[in-house]
Amino acid sequence: MKRYEPFLALVLAGGLIAAAIAAPWLRFVLTIALAKGIAVMGILLLLRAGQVSFGHALYIGFGAYVVAFFAPVAGDGVLIIAASAAGAGLLGLVVGLFVTRYRQIFFGMLNLAMCMVFYSLLEKLYHITHGTDGIRVEIMPIAGQVLDRVSYEWTVFGIAMGLAFVVGFIIRLYLASPMGEALAGIKTRETRLEFMGVPARGILLAAYVASAMLGGIGGALIAMTSRHVTPLLSYWTASGELVFIAILGGPGGVLGPFLGAATYELVRVYAAASFADAWQMILGLVLLLVILFAPGGLWGLASRLVGERRR
Amino acid sequence: MAEWFQDNGLLLGLALLDGLSSAGLIFLVAVGLNLVFGVLRIVNVAHGSLYAIGAYSAASIGIFLAGLGLPAWASIPTLVLSAALVGAILGPLIERFILRRIYGGEEVVQLLVTFALFMILEDVQKLIWGVQPIHHDVALRALGTIDVPFGTDFIPFTNYQLFVLPTFAIVTLVGLALFLRRTLTGRVIVAVTTDREAATAMGIDAARIFLLTFTFGAMLAALGGALLSPTAALVPGIGAQTIVLSFAVVATAGLGQIEGAALTSLMMGLGRSIAVYFAPEFEVVVPYIIMVAVLLVRPQGLFGVIETRRV
Repeated sequence: MKRYEPFLALVLAGGLIAAAIAAPWLRFVLTIALAKGIAVMGILLLLRAGQVSFGHALYIGFGAYVVAFFAPVAGDGVLIIAASAAGAGLLGLVVGLFVTRYRQIFFGMLNLAMCMVFYSLLEKLYHITHGTDGIRVEIMPIAGQVLDRVSYEWTVFGIAMGLAFVVGFIIRLYLASPMGEALAGIKTRETRLEFMGVPARGILLAAYVASAMLGGIGGALIAMTSRHVTPLLSYWTASGELVFIAILGGPGGVLGPFLGAATYELVRVYAAASFADAWQMILGLVLLLVILFAPGGLWGLASRLVGERRR
Repeated sequence: MAEWFQDNGLLLGLALLDGLSSAGLIFLVAVGLNLVFGVLRIVNVAHGSLYAIGAYSAASIGIFLAGLGLPAWASIPTLVLSAALVGAILGPLIERFILRRIYGGEEVVQLLVTFALFMILEDVQKLIWGVQPIHHDVALRALGTIDVPFGTDFIPFTNYQLFVLPTFAIVTLVGLALFLRRTLTGRVIVAVTTDREAATAMGIDAARIFLLTFTFGAMLAALGGALLSPTAALVPGIGAQTIVLSFAVVATAGLGQIEGAALTSLMMGLGRSIAVYFAPEFEVVVPYIIMVAVLLVRPQGLFGVIETRRV
């Protein structure tokens, strides 16, 4: 299955582009899906180490607010995405130095706590963040080009797609490297890893910073797409959503997050349109079914299909 | 300093009294969460939903019975009974049909299953009670207010918040401690918490204890909600807020610690209400600051037990 990954990625990308051309409103949904997919890849890194963060919406929100604050000043989309990634990485380093001392439930809950602190600051410091009203993000020039609305939206979609490929490729290399392989060691038996002279905490911290940067990029793309940022981006349920997507897509490969994110966003849009008060319930049921009956997620289902055909 | 007290003593007094009643509510919810975690080893994200459903049910049942001409003095027993009802119905259902499938599974998966459950219950609650605020405060008004003297001033305070809520918390704390230490069922629960395998080998029916504990935890969550219902208008989202705070209490106190949960609830309740009066922007942040400060010094929580590392 691993060998088919690049090929499948191209097929999936082609499908997304076709859908975005066929229905302009889908372009918006799919850009958000790509952005979330990038962020979920960070969750995937931590899942490899057996750690689940219930607070990565912190980095989504951070990346998004970097866009909101710096779009009027810096004025170029490319620069701002880079700033979001770097800023989120720094924040991830500071938070990571603290949270990587803990494992399992404590790790998850501390991340959650950090995320809630950030959320409530966004909400309460009204004179800076405009509280729950949020901040509007104007269309910004990208790579020096001043764009009209439609071409701006296509450009952001293209950037999201391009970044998804670049990031996916890097993460694939990372997971195959000794540092990436050591993550699985943290999951199975950390003490043994340390007996071999591998600094487990350092390994986890590196993955954590990477995941924070991915969250920052995802958040920046979300802000550039929805062009309105609110504290809700950082509410803890948004963090849960990221873990949800990771499990839905399946933690097996780097395509999982995008498969999961696209499915999640589409189910959400259709469920919200058809059952306004019950879309959360539908998503919850989907999650339960996936966990109980398809533990490998969508990626796992796809792998099994391919495997069976080969036999 | 003395001058500061002269100026702010009144506010501080108010904050302390407020803090007591909110600490009582936090304790009821957190201790249920902690108990369930201690026995089942599952952090139940849906605990907050049980709290919310407990609150809504208590209000509905109260309104219904008031329509039948129930005297005001009976409103407090009604709160307790409705909480017991919610716990007795939902607890076994959730434990039997959902949690039982995931015991001993990966922690990530367990967390997500209860997250899915949370999403489902959140919408169930919206479908049943709608999104309009519901208010039913007969129990609060029936007991009247008391003038608490502070220096030369008097602060009118509701008897319900000043006496009923803390009393419930203390009775629960003492009752639970006695139950766990002095009764056979309580001791069996402690045995299962400490070493499930050994307990099962002694002939203890662990499955029954799990069911019992979860139902009891659900009742405590519902009781917290029911006791809240007279003091606040019920809106969607109260479950999501409460659960995060309870997590903070449980992590700070140490997993599975009952008395620790009481002390931590008190710290957080007081900290939060003091913040409300003196630095309202930071109200929500205070519990997490306490949590981070405690965990920096004691990574296993205030009363937590260090587990030996597996090699």
